[in-house]
Amino acid sequence: MDLIDFIIICIKVVLVFAATMLAVMGMIYAERRISAFIQNRLGPNRVGPKGLFQPLADGLKFLMKEDIIPTAVNKPLYLLAPAMLLIPALMTFAVIPFGSSLTLFGRQISLQVANINIGVLYILALTSVGVYGIVLAGWSSNSKYPLLGGLRSSAQLISYELSMGLAIVAIVLMTGSLRLNDIVSSQQGHLFSWYVFKQPLAFLIFLIAVYAETNRLPFDLAEAEQELVGGYHTEYSSMKFAMFFMAEYANMITAAAFTVTLFFGGWDIPFVDEAAMGNWGALLSGIAFILKTAFFLFLYIWVRWTFPRFRYDQLMNLGWKVMLPLALLNIFITGGILTIIS
Amino acid sequence: MGIETLTLDRSAIQGEEMVLNIGPQHPSTHGVLRLQVVTDGEIVTKITPYIGYLHRCFEKHCENVTYEQVIPFVDRCDYIASMNNNFGYAVAMEELMGIEVSEKVHYIRVIVAELNRIASHLLAIGTFGLDVGAFTPFLYCFRDRERILDLFELLCGARLLYNYIWVGGVSHDFPIGFVEKVYEFLDYFEPKIQEYNDLLTFNKIFIERTADVGVLPADVAISYGVSGPNLRGSGVKWDLRKNEPYSIYNKFDFDIPIGTGAMGTVGGCWDRYYVRIRELEESVKITRQALDQIPREGDVHAALPKKIRPPKGHVYSRTETPRGDLGFYIISDGKPKPFRLKLRSPAFTALSCINEIARGWMIADVIAILGSLDIVLGEIDR
Amino acid sequence: MTLSLLFYIISTLTIGSALLVVLNRNAVYSAVLLVFTFFNLSILYLLLEAYFLAVLEIIIYAGAIMVLFLFVIMLFNVGKEQVLPKIMSFQRAVSLFLLVIFFTGVSLFTIQGVQDLHQPAGSASIGNVTAIGEALFSKYLFPFEIASILLLVALIGTVYLAKRKI
Repeated sequence: MDLIDFIIICIKVVLVFAATMLAVMGMIYAERRISAFIQNRLGPNRVGPKGLFQPLADGLKFLMKEDIIPTAVNKPLYLLAPAMLLIPALMTFAVIPFGSSLTLFGRQISLQVANINIGVLYILALTSVGVYGIVLAGWSSNSKYPLLGGLRSSAQLISYELSMGLAIVAIVLMTGSLRLNDIVSSQQGHLFSWYVFKQPLAFLIFLIAVYAETNRLPFDLAEAEQELVGGYHTEYSSMKFAMFFMAEYANMITAAAFTVTLFFGGWDIPFVDEAAMGNWGALLSGIAFILKTAFFLFLYIWVRWTFPRFRYDQLMNLGWKVMLPLALLNIFITGGILTIIS
Repeated sequence: MGIETLTLDRSAIQGEEMVLNIGPQHPSTHGVLRLQVVTDGEIVTKITPYIGYLHRCFEKHCENVTYEQVIPFVDRCDYIASMNNNFGYAVAMEELMGIEVSEKVHYIRVIVAELNRIASHLLAIGTFGLDVGAFTPFLYCFRDRERILDLFELLCGARLLYNYIWVGGVSHDFPIGFVEKVYEFLDYFEPKIQEYNDLLTFNKIFIERTADVGVLPADVAISYGVSGPNLRGSGVKWDLRKNEPYSIYNKFDFDIPIGTGAMGTVGGCWDRYYVRIRELEESVKITRQALDQIPREGDVHAALPKKIRPPKGHVYSRTETPRGDLGFYIISDGKPKPFRLKLRSPAFTALSCINEIARGWMIADVIAILGSLDIVLGEIDR
Repeated sequence: MTLSLLFYIISTLTIGSALLVVLNRNAVYSAVLLVFTFFNLSILYLLLEAYFLAVLEIIIYAGAIMVLFLFVIMLFNVGKEQVLPKIMSFQRAVSLFLLVIFFTGVSLFTIQGVQDLHQPAGSASIGNVTAIGEALFSKYLFPFEIASILLLVALIGTVYLAKRKI
C-alpha cells in the first residue's frame, strides 16, 4: 500500500461520510415533504427554494436550543449514548459497494471504501452494536418512559436481527461468499439474476426485519410517541436529541443501500455491461445505485405515513413465531435446491 | 425428597410493580388527564384516573349568570361538539319554561347538531387512529372537519364555540346559500367515509390492535352508565334520538348502528370505533332529510322577554350528543339565574369504566382504549 | 512496525479496560467497559488477520450476550453501589498464590524468547469462514451438536423457570 492508495482511501472515506450526511439531510427534507404530500398538506416550503434549506434550519435550531441535562441522569452514560448510536450508524456504509470500478490515471479505483471478505457480517455486527446507544439512553435517563422504550427496542432489535440474519444466510448460500462485492457481481447480467426474484421470501423477511431494525413504523415501538411520549430519547434535548434522529436516518439509508445490494443487484443495471463502458459505466452504475436506494427510502416514508403501529407482543409474535420459522424454512429449501443442483 | 421438591411456587415469582403516570402532560390523554397506571412489566394491573385539571367551576358559574349567559359556558364543556351541548341546554330550558319553538328552528337545530356530530366523530376517529400510531387518517379527518367548521363560521362567525342555539330559537337564520353549501358538503363527504375505511378501518394491523381489545360487555356498560357510541359499541341499541325522541328526530328515517363484533368480541375498541364510522353515514342521512324538508319561511326566535324567568320548579332533560347521553338538571327558583344546574356528562361515565376494561392489557392498549372511549376533558372536569 | 505499535496500544487498552471492569463498583459501567474490552479484542483479532473471529467477537459477545447482561443489570436496578462483603483471609491467600503462579508462568514464557508478542498467525485459515465451517461440520461435528443441545436445554429450562404459568 503506497501513499497514493492511502490518499485515495481517505478521499473515499470523506466522500462517503459527506454523502451519508447529505443524504440524511435530504431524507429529513423528503420525509417532511412526502408526508405532507401524503397527508394533504404543504410541508416546509419557506426556507430556501421549495423549502430545500429546511434541514439546515432544523439543524441550526437544534444547535441553538438549550442543552438540558436532567439532574437525575447518569451523566457519563447519558452523554455517551447518542454517540454510541450515531457512530455505528455512520460506520456501516463502509463496506457497501456503490458503483463499479473507476479508472483514473491508470489506477483502478473500486467504488467502495473497504472490500472485506466478511462484509455481510460486518454490517450485522454494527447493527447489533447500535442497540447499546438505545439501551443506555433509556437507562441513563433515569426515567420510566425512556426505560420502557429502551427495553422494548433492545428486545425488538435482538429478535429481528435473527430473522434478518437468517434471511441473509439464504443469499450467502447462493453466492458462497460473505463479500458484498461477490454478492453484487453474482447478480450481474439479466434482470432475473437479481436475488429478489430468486429469493422472494428471503426478501420479504429481510424487508420487514429491516423496518424493525431501524425502528420505523409499523415497528417504531421504541419511541412510540402516543404511548411512551418519546421513548428512549424523551429526556434528551438540543443536539443530542438531533443525534438520535441523525442516527435513525443514517441507519435507514444504510439499510436501504444494503437491501439494494443484497436483493436488487447493487449498482447493477440489468442488460448493461458496466465494466465495458469504462468510467461512464461506473458513473451510470453509481446513479443506478442511488436511484434504487432512493426508492427504498421512499418506501420507508410511504409505509410510515400509511400504517398504524403494532403492539409490543404482536411484534414479538410476528418476529419469533412467523418470520423466524419462515426464514429457517427458506434456508432449508435453498440448501436443498442447491444440493440437488450441484 | 420426591417429586414435590421440583414443583415451583409460581405465585412467589412476583415481578416488581411500577407506577407510571400517564399525563397530565402526555401526547395521547386527549387533554389534561392523569392516569396513574400500575404496571407489571408492560401489563397494566390498575388504572386510576385523576381528573380536575381543567375544572372551571362550570356549575357554580351557572348559578351566578342569567339563563341566557349560561349558553357560552355550555359551549366550553364539550368544546368538540358545542352545537349539541347548546341544543341540550336549549331543549332543557324550553321544557322547563314550556316554550314551543317554530318548525324552522327545529330543522335548523337538527341540521347543525348533526353536522357537529360528524365533526366530532371525525375528531374521535382521527385521534383514535393517532393513538394506535396511524398519522395520516388524522389529517384526512381534519381536512373534512375543516369544511364543517367553515360552514359554521359562515353560519355564526365562530369555528369552535358557537353560542348559536339559544333558548327559544337560534341566534341567526341560515345565511343565503347556506343550504346549498351544506348539500355540497354532504355530496363531497359521503364518498370520503369509504376512504377512511380503506385507510384505517379494515387495515390488518389496525384490526389486530383494536378488535378484542378493551372489551366492554353490555351489562358492565349499563351498570357504569356508559352511553352513546360506547354503549352502542357493546351491542345495546340505545339512542335517545330514537328511544326518547326530542325536537323533531321522530320525523327522520335513520338507523342506530350497534357493535356486532364483526372483527372480534362485541364491545371491543374496534366496535366502538366502527359505530362512529357508521354514525357518520346516519348523520349524513338525517342532515339530507332535514335539508329537504326545512321550511323556507319562519321566525327563528320565539317571543321571549328580555330576561328569562322560568317558573319555579325543576327539570331533567337529556339529549344525545356525539359522546352520549348529556343530561341537564336545572332547578329554578323563579329568579333570572338558575338556583342549581347540574350537568350529567357522558364522557365522565365513559372514563369511569376504564379501570374495569383496560386492566390486564398492555400500556399501548390503555392508550387505544382511552382513545376509543372518545372522552373530552372539558366535559369531564367541567 | 505500525502494526506492532497498534498492537501494543490496543493491548494496553484491552488490559486497562478489563481491569476497570473488575475494579469498577458500578455494575452498568462494568458492563459497558466489558463491551469496550470486546471491541479491543476484536481489533486484536483483526491484527491477526482473523477477520471472521473479529466480527464474531462483536456479534456474539458485544451484540448479543452483553446486551442481555446489561438488561439484567439494569432491571435489577443496581444503581446504588452495594458494599462488598469482607473478603476472608483464606480466599485472599489463595488468590495471591494463584496470581504469583500466573505471573511466573507468563514471565517464564516471555523470557524463553518470544521476542515480538504480535505475530500474525501465519496461516490465514484461522480466521477463514470456509476453514472454520469445514472444521465445525466435519471434524468437530459431534461436540458442536452437543454444545447446541446443551444450549437448547438451558434455554428451555430458563423459559420454564421464568414463566409464571405454562
